[in-house]
Amino acid sequence: MTRRSSTRTPATVVPEPAAVPEPAALPEPATELERLAGWVDSRTGLGSFARTALRKVFPDHWSFLLGEVALSCFVILVATGTFLAFFFVPSQAPATYEGAYQPIAGSSVSSAYESVLRLSFDVRAGLLMRQVHHWTALIFIGAIVIHLCRVFFTGAFRRPREINWLIGFGLLTFAIGEGFTGYSLPDDLLSGTGLRIAYSVLLSVPFVGPSLAFLAFGGPFPGPAVISRLFVFHIMLLPALLIGGISAHLFLIWTQKHAQYRRPRATERNVIGQRFWPTQALRSTGLFLLTASVTTLIGGLIQINPVWLYGPFVPSVASSPAQPDWYVGFLEGALRLGPSFEPTILGVTIPSVFVPGIVIPGILFGAIALWPFLEAWRTGDHAEHHILDMPWDAPRRSATGVAMLAVLAMLTVAGGNDVLATTFNVRVEDLTDALRLLTVAVPILAWLVTYLLLVERAKSGDGPRRVGHGREVRRTTDGGFEEVDLG
Amino acid sequence: MSGPDLDPVSPSSPAERTAAVDRAELIASGAFLVAGAAGGALLVLYALGGQTQLEGLLLTICLAGLGGGIAIVARYLTPAEEVIEAREPLATPPDAGPAPAEISRRALLIRSLGAGLAGLAAAVAIPVLSLGPAPGDTLRHTSWRRGTRMVGEDGQPIRADSLDIDSVTTVFPEGALGDASATTLLIRVSDGSLRLPADRLAGAPGGYVAYSKVCTHAGCPVGLYRAAERRLICPCHQSTFNVLDGARPTFGPAARPLPQLPIARSPDGTFFALDDFSEPVGPGFWDEHR
Repeated sequence: MTRRSSTRTPATVVPEPAAVPEPAALPEPATELERLAGWVDSRTGLGSFARTALRKVFPDHWSFLLGEVALSCFVILVATGTFLAFFFVPSQAPATYEGAYQPIAGSSVSSAYESVLRLSFDVRAGLLMRQVHHWTALIFIGAIVIHLCRVFFTGAFRRPREINWLIGFGLLTFAIGEGFTGYSLPDDLLSGTGLRIAYSVLLSVPFVGPSLAFLAFGGPFPGPAVISRLFVFHIMLLPALLIGGISAHLFLIWTQKHAQYRRPRATERNVIGQRFWPTQALRSTGLFLLTASVTTLIGGLIQINPVWLYGPFVPSVASSPAQPDWYVGFLEGALRLGPSFEPTILGVTIPSVFVPGIVIPGILFGAIALWPFLEAWRTGDHAEHHILDMPWDAPRRSATGVAMLAVLAMLTVAGGNDVLATTFNVRVEDLTDALRLLTVAVPILAWLVTYLLLVERAKSGDGPRRVGHGREVRRTTDGGFEEVDLG
Repeated sequence: MSGPDLDPVSPSSPAERTAAVDRAELIASGAFLVAGAAGGALLVLYALGGQTQLEGLLLTICLAGLGGGIAIVARYLTPAEEVIEAREPLATPPDAGPAPAEISRRALLIRSLGAGLAGLAAAVAIPVLSLGPAPGDTLRHTSWRRGTRMVGEDGQPIRADSLDIDSVTTVFPEGALGDASATTLLIRVSDGSLRLPADRLAGAPGGYVAYSKVCTHAGCPVGLYRAAERRLICPCHQSTFNVLDGARPTFGPAARPLPQLPIARSPDGTFFALDDFSEPVGPGFWDEHR
């Protein structure tokens, strides 16, 4: 082996730092566990990290567990979903169902639909796993939304937590994507209708819409490959994004330390609570198992998404009434309330689903994502905050949050306008007109009422956690009042 | 990590074994044992053939026993005192060590590297185009052609006398049964009640009129017919179309009429198309009218 001499000769040689002193002799391990820990530590150096981790302090409040419920749901979803993936066949190729469910036995359906029926009726514990998976998905997104509300109404998104707000927002959208792709997989009549609407919304993207829709579906609706593609999204791409996002979310909580509520001795420079080990670790484990027990109870006893009653997907048929899972309800409602408006200007057509299907969700979700920056820009408050607000500490923010929830709630109600019209025996036309008005009016009213109430609440100073003061007023034993400095 | 930054807030010690702690220990142990028993019962049930509701209940008891027991341990059998941890500033303090070494001659390298990476990005992004065909004219045409016979959902030709007045049936082009974009509704109304321009009336012989079944709003099959009012209603978003008036939308979010398929009746009583739809069927797109 010959090698030419390098043209690059080092100009100077940087001296190595002084040699590290020999470590002191380690104490003898007392137990087998310590011996094992020592074996790992002497090869990885993880001991000092573990020591810090076990001693980390977490503030204690029920509202800080909402995110943990969502995390627990994610773990349950991965576990049950892995089981389901062993049985599900992501294919639209025709198949004949030959299993125990008699009304469909012998009929030709898609392989995907057939495998879901087989999983539900012919695989032991299959229906339980499927129902727990679906119910947990509904609770997962619910927990994320409630956790988001907690973060919003306590101002926990303010500096330094803006990045974690954005990551959390991303997790919400990935979770909704998981939900939508997941309930579309069985290739039943209800979910097929949902996919068709998604295709139409894609089609309405300015100019590149048809290309996007064809790329996503593999051709014009229904598309030859949509189920297998949804499967790739559902079990690979979106879970990878969720796992990455959750890791980043937790990493930032770790480095920034948890925010805390205003209370005696809590300051912007400390965090008061229980150490990770043992209290917080046991609490989280218990919470995970209890969450799993609740979703198992619901999944075991309450039927969900009985696709055998909806029937297999047929492009020329739609079922009625048809409602999506709850977290897509607001999109469905926006489409139902959308005005009959499809102008063609200079040869360019703005499709009727464009505004309700893309612009309105874009504005609503854009406002949520950018809120920390909008608020900092409006208030000029760029300081770090580790002590949380109460809703009345920032009446405008809270009122805006309530108005946003009101918009989403009204749109979700509108997503069930046909069911409501039948239930209350009113014409669906009249109800839709009323909902169009209410979707504008109720949020405005909600903003005003919330704002006025919270301003009153802040003025009254009722309660121990007064805004912006390091002091509180307490009743003394002899019936008088005293002001206590909390600083 | 121990030292001045960690400081117990309340000194009460869990080591004081009060009656409450004894009770908590008993309850938690009991809950763990119940969980184990429920898990065992679940195994037996599975071996016996399984039953969804019982499986759910037993797994619930197993999980709740473990979770509840651990929650009780966390509440009563761990140190109760809170600690205060100091919050260090987040920003990294200025580096006292030597500045990181620099790569020499950067300007040209960075620009050419940028060009190289852009090429790589394009090269790896291009295969995405293999996921679907270019739309081309697909959205402007269906499989209906001049002379295509009309068949029902069973694949049999539709006969004029099989349809009562004010009734509706789903039809397809012969040879394209189930084709989503070609799905069409054949509706019979009383002869002379259609209010259509003469050229379109010619494609609706004897009160038989055919409209695309694909909603012009979001593409759902317009599956409901309110015969008394001659209105077609989309079950998805309640767009309503007036059959007598060229399927013009009268309510709901749809803004365009359902395109009409011009048809004619053969001497044998079956129907065939005179042409494809004159405009794109289904939901709109931006360059639809180009």
